[in-house]
Amino acid sequence: MLRALELRKDFGGLTVLHPTSIDFHPGEVHALMGENGAGKSTLMKILAGLYQPDGGQVEWRERQAEFTSPHDALVAGIAMIHQELMPIPDLTVAENITLGSEPCSAFGLIDRPAQLARAKELLGELESDIGPTRLMRTLTVAQTQVVEIAKALGRQADVILMDEPTAALSDHEVASLFRAIARLKARGVAIVYTTHKMDEVFRLADRISVLRDGRLVGTAPASELNPAKLITMMVGRELADVFPVRLPSSNEVLLEVTGLTREPAYRDISFQVRRGEVVALAGLMGAGRTEVVSAIYGLQPASSGKICLNGSPLSIGNPQDALTAGIGMVTEDRKGLGLIPALGVGQNITLSALRDFCRGPLVDHTAEAAASQTQMTEFAVKANSTSQPIAQLSGGNQQKALLARCLLGAPDLIILDEPTRGIDIGAKAEIYALIQKLARAGKGILLASSELPEVLSLAHRIVVLRRGSVSATLDAASTDQETVLRHAMPL
Amino acid sequence: MLTLDRNLLHRFGLLLVILLVGLFLSLSDDIFMSVANLTNVARQVSINGILAVGVTFVLLTGGVDLSLGSVVALSGVACATFAHPGDHSVFVPIAVGLLTGAACGLVNGTLVTLGGVAPFIVTLGMMTIARGLALIFSGGRPVADMSNELTALAGDLFGIPIPMLCFAGVAAAAWFFLSNFRLGRHIYAVGGNENAARAAGVPVEQVKLFAYGLCGLLAGLAGVVLAARITTGQPNAGQAYELDAIAAVVIGGTSLAGGVGTITGTLLGVLLIGVINNGLDLQGVSSYYQAVIKGVIIVGAVWLDRRQARS
Repeated sequence: MLRALELRKDFGGLTVLHPTSIDFHPGEVHALMGENGAGKSTLMKILAGLYQPDGGQVEWRERQAEFTSPHDALVAGIAMIHQELMPIPDLTVAENITLGSEPCSAFGLIDRPAQLARAKELLGELESDIGPTRLMRTLTVAQTQVVEIAKALGRQADVILMDEPTAALSDHEVASLFRAIARLKARGVAIVYTTHKMDEVFRLADRISVLRDGRLVGTAPASELNPAKLITMMVGRELADVFPVRLPSSNEVLLEVTGLTREPAYRDISFQVRRGEVVALAGLMGAGRTEVVSAIYGLQPASSGKICLNGSPLSIGNPQDALTAGIGMVTEDRKGLGLIPALGVGQNITLSALRDFCRGPLVDHTAEAAASQTQMTEFAVKANSTSQPIAQLSGGNQQKALLARCLLGAPDLIILDEPTRGIDIGAKAEIYALIQKLARAGKGILLASSELPEVLSLAHRIVVLRRGSVSATLDAASTDQETVLRHAMPL
Repeated sequence: MLTLDRNLLHRFGLLLVILLVGLFLSLSDDIFMSVANLTNVARQVSINGILAVGVTFVLLTGGVDLSLGSVVALSGVACATFAHPGDHSVFVPIAVGLLTGAACGLVNGTLVTLGGVAPFIVTLGMMTIARGLALIFSGGRPVADMSNELTALAGDLFGIPIPMLCFAGVAAAAWFFLSNFRLGRHIYAVGGNENAARAAGVPVEQVKLFAYGLCGLLAGLAGVVLAARITTGQPNAGQAYELDAIAAVVIGGTSLAGGVGTITGTLLGVLLIGVINNGLDLQGVSSYYQAVIKGVIIVGAVWLDRRQARS
């Protein structure tokens, strides 16, 4: 039905997609797999009319198609769910879902009741109870993602391109999405799907294409592949167990949080992080993970409660206070709270610790360049130079650059909020190894994550949140996914 | 490297346009290339140049300052009030003018940061407030009788117009500041992504306050220079000066969304607008037509630039 024929794309003299041909069939889920920068998103964006190919062509229903804009593709029947969420924050959920396809009455006025009903119906298909009259800006990242999916479903498209739709979703929401995908399949819709989660691919995909470094490695029915084979195809080498061995932590308490409260998000949160220890905050979407770590970092301070670092109480009103005290954080919201897109990779890395590379008020450019170069090498950030704008890097490299920024200031406590969200398995393994290295160096790590395998393998202890309260503190070595989930689920 | 090349291209493109306009003018009118006229151009662009450098800082943080013209008038009146012969040393009226401008800028900055009011609204308010204050303090009449020491500021030093020297000094300092000071880097970071800058520990509020304060201070300087040139403090002076200044900055490649832009770009923008103004005058184009032509050139230059940036 939809066919990529020798598609090629260059960016600034660099070929990011070498001539690639793939067929997509109705009623089939076709997974595109590959590390970050392998060319999956580029391929999808060409199919969706967002990018123009520099070679080859798109064939749509046996005819050559020229999609010069996403609108052309939509009209033809191809919708895309983007990896980077693009909500309009000050419109309601219903207005976002029906954006560009608003139900209209006579005279072109928007038919509000029909709009609300349509939004409700689409959210219902995803088994979500988000109120359609809420403003987008009041939603969490996960809820925003659900709305974006509903929006694409509403296009009545024959092909839906999904670029990491589950990156921000909890297991529960993922299950709902999968049931919706099954219904679409039954209706003969073609789904093109990318993800970094192995288990999803084999639950979902009928056919899998693997890309590596902008080249198609191969296409095969999912039944002929297994995770080990797939990983080998993706990275081009055998990947040993991605999770390194956990080392025992010390007994020295680094961070002590007591009675942290900000209604209605969370209340009476208490836990400790010792030196050399990885403590995970687990919980479903909306349980308050991000809110709690944001309070410790001063992004949105708690209304009451105590935070002690190294035994001395801190009053943290903003991230500057946290950084001064020795607390660093890598945010889950890379685009909104992490990157300064127009600045170079190097300048992004040195932003938090710039004072260390200054003589008085003046930046010592030599020292700064040396430091950012060192960080880029140490964290394996792939970029043309330190001055390449960070917006041009792949998600995994951006994430590594933000980690490099956080660690350049040598914080004692490192808060990582979804550190491996939307990045490939190679970069994931690097970040896991780094977390262990930091723990070994006597740092404390507070890890907020929705990926249970990650939580169970990396953390020493797991603090489970349920609707803004601590429901359990578990020893990671003697617990399993079911136990964590049982404590995380609302009663 | 990519952006560096694009910047170079952008600058060369703009420089080329300026040279072409200059060539056209010098061919069609032999006065244009005369030393007297070029000195005149330099003198004319100085005030817009000083304002443009100041507002570059504000635009880089993602803000805007519409109050420049009024602040120029208020600072000029304040300066002239203290500049009567024999009253004070010449430094007093200069300081009064500068501080008046800085105070207006700091009020803008405070309302934008602590008050959380949109820069457009805050500076629109300041635009009418400063104009009103200028009229109140002057009683609606030009403040005349200024000392020769002060009006000498509009004269020459070693054959170079002092306003030009002020502009050059301000531009050089601003360029050095933006590329070498930590605060300069912070200005780009705040304009590039304010929330991310805050999360990275950048004192966002202080950075913005500084940008608006500096912009006001330079508007004060422009007010003093203008008062010296017209030998009075004119409460009605500086009408719509902010528009020429912002136009110059945007022509120079600074993004209205913040985070992207350079002082060298601003300099070229100022030069282009100056050459066009002067050229249209020399050609004897009526001021009605001048306004239309200038508007077309501003939009055209920015359109060309953005088209180039996209490709």
